[in-house]
Amino acid sequence: MTEETLLRVENLYKHFPIFKGFIQRQVGAVHAVDGVSFTVKRGETLGLVGESGCGKSTTGRTILQLYRPTAGHVFFEDVDLASIKGEDLRRMRRKMQMIFQDPYASLNPRMTVGEIVGEPLIVHNSASGKEVNERVAELLDLVRLNPSFASRYPHEFSGGQRQRVGVARALALQPSFIVCDEPISALDVSIQAQVVNLLEDLQKQFGLTYLFIAHDLSMVRHISDRVAVMYLGIIVELAARDELYTDPRHPYTQALLSAVPIPDPTVEESRKRTILEGDVPSPVNPPSGCRFRTRCPIAKEICAETQPEFREIAPGHFVACYFA
Amino acid sequence: MPELLLDVQGLETQFRTPDGVVHAVNGVSFGLKEGETLGVVGESGCGKSVTMLSALRLIPSPPGKVTAGKAFYRGQDLLKMTDEEIRHIRGAHIAMIFQDPMTSLNPVLTVERQMTESLELHLGMTRDQARNRSAELLAMVGIPNPKDRLKDFPHQFSGGMRQRVMIAMALACNPQILIADEPTTALDVTIQAQIVELVKRLRDELGMAIIWITHDLGIVAGLAQRVVVMYGGFIIEDSPVKELYANPQHPYTIGLLGSIPRVDGVKHGKLYSIEGLPPTLYQKPTSCPFAPRCQWAMERCTKENPALEEIAPEHRVSCWVEPKTGRPRK
Repeated sequence: MTEETLLRVENLYKHFPIFKGFIQRQVGAVHAVDGVSFTVKRGETLGLVGESGCGKSTTGRTILQLYRPTAGHVFFEDVDLASIKGEDLRRMRRKMQMIFQDPYASLNPRMTVGEIVGEPLIVHNSASGKEVNERVAELLDLVRLNPSFASRYPHEFSGGQRQRVGVARALALQPSFIVCDEPISALDVSIQAQVVNLLEDLQKQFGLTYLFIAHDLSMVRHISDRVAVMYLGIIVELAARDELYTDPRHPYTQALLSAVPIPDPTVEESRKRTILEGDVPSPVNPPSGCRFRTRCPIAKEICAETQPEFREIAPGHFVACYFA
Repeated sequence: MPELLLDVQGLETQFRTPDGVVHAVNGVSFGLKEGETLGVVGESGCGKSVTMLSALRLIPSPPGKVTAGKAFYRGQDLLKMTDEEIRHIRGAHIAMIFQDPMTSLNPVLTVERQMTESLELHLGMTRDQARNRSAELLAMVGIPNPKDRLKDFPHQFSGGMRQRVMIAMALACNPQILIADEPTTALDVTIQAQIVELVKRLRDELGMAIIWITHDLGIVAGLAQRVVVMYGGFIIEDSPVKELYANPQHPYTIGLLGSIPRVDGVKHGKLYSIEGLPPTLYQKPTSCPFAPRCQWAMERCTKENPALEEIAPEHRVSCWVEPKTGRPRK
């Protein structure tokens, strides 16, 4: 892994407007991503974890400009994706791809696997005619699917195999950066390991950079180099993988980690849990000050006043908490 | 040894589908003691839910049919009861909660209406008694302002709160057995921890037995006393919880435990991956269902299906091979 920064996200915001009434006046907005900054180095895997609705998927999609940001910048190889459009953006797109969560929804059931995997090649004019078929066969082989499967339709495949098709499609244009949006959460346990191992092997082979979005903290620990924890639209903690898991400083990270069950009855017996009270507040109207204060076991008055700064408390370890 | 509360023997269930008969459960036997928590672990399609639904006669028929087996609850065979009798058992003795509370709650009725109905029906309470008892139950499962919340509709509760409502309804008649079918799979991890803590507390307070169906080996580790692992419609391993994690004996269990990373970082390195796919079950397996994916498979494994045999006290496994040595079991 080099120290070169591939992706730099600066103060990214994505608000979805809410319209109501006869004239569809805007009455508010879902603050899905509310000021997020981080960098991803070339060749590394950044894990992005958080519970449902925390904005992690929206962050991934906004980076790829599948949603245009409300504010902020996304520098990819020093080009601000938020400020370009049309042909310029299209040219950048081949360098960044996405793997989706649900392999049942992300593959067109009326297209053969060969057409699905070959489509990006044709759309971006990177191959034509017989070349496409050759390239598709190569790609299927790469994800350990039989190249003769190219003429079959998605419904003939299992969930794990479909996810491999999704991976092959993402690799078609030889991207340098892939957003993996919960790529394994729809799969069975024994199949998850197959797909994760495949992603790791491909990363080694092609020097890929991943943004790995997931809610499974165990898998994120396994695959990531650094990990960012999101809560209600902001990143509350970001650190190197082992540091985050062994020395979490934000009370939310601490509670999140303690809530994950460990497959070992002896460890579970003696484990102390921080059980968080209540539910995540609505992102339409997030709490003032620190967003976690309504569920935080150590919240004080100051937490309700201003949002704590996302500060570096140790080299490479960022936390947004007054008491970290 | 105390008498078994629930004793399932040789249960078989099939489904007729346009593509052929699916052999979902292929001769499953297990017991549940008073107050015991049993984890049932397996991947989708392994038959873990169908086994429990079959025992409670909740399989829609057609297309489903329980073709063989017995399921004794306190000595009475649930599969031979009249509809009237089994309804009484399901309401008052064995309760079940499901993965998605929204599909088991009626969206157009208030929570009060749905809770009081079973209390009036099964326990013969009056409206007022039932209302008070419902509020008590909601308070017991940790729902704030229970009296007011009774007037709410299911969609006004969050996912975790809905699951609490389901648990409150399941506990309404003080069941002896609570069957929980992946009740936390749809929930976030911090909410999952809340629900697991709640169930543990209620178990200790009420002394009921629990069958917890899940694919998550982590939850079972902290909750169950005994675990059965299912694959291809069979129980392939049945063991006290600590023994199973410390000394797994079936290659599938070993593979499953090796394929999940741990949040505490123990066992780092490449994940073990079980190659291949689970069986489709269009034919009743006559050999070991795991043999095609098993690294220890011998010739015998592709010809005969091993029975579930006791290899240590209370530890049963169905495998021809001893994975530690790679040699046949005696």
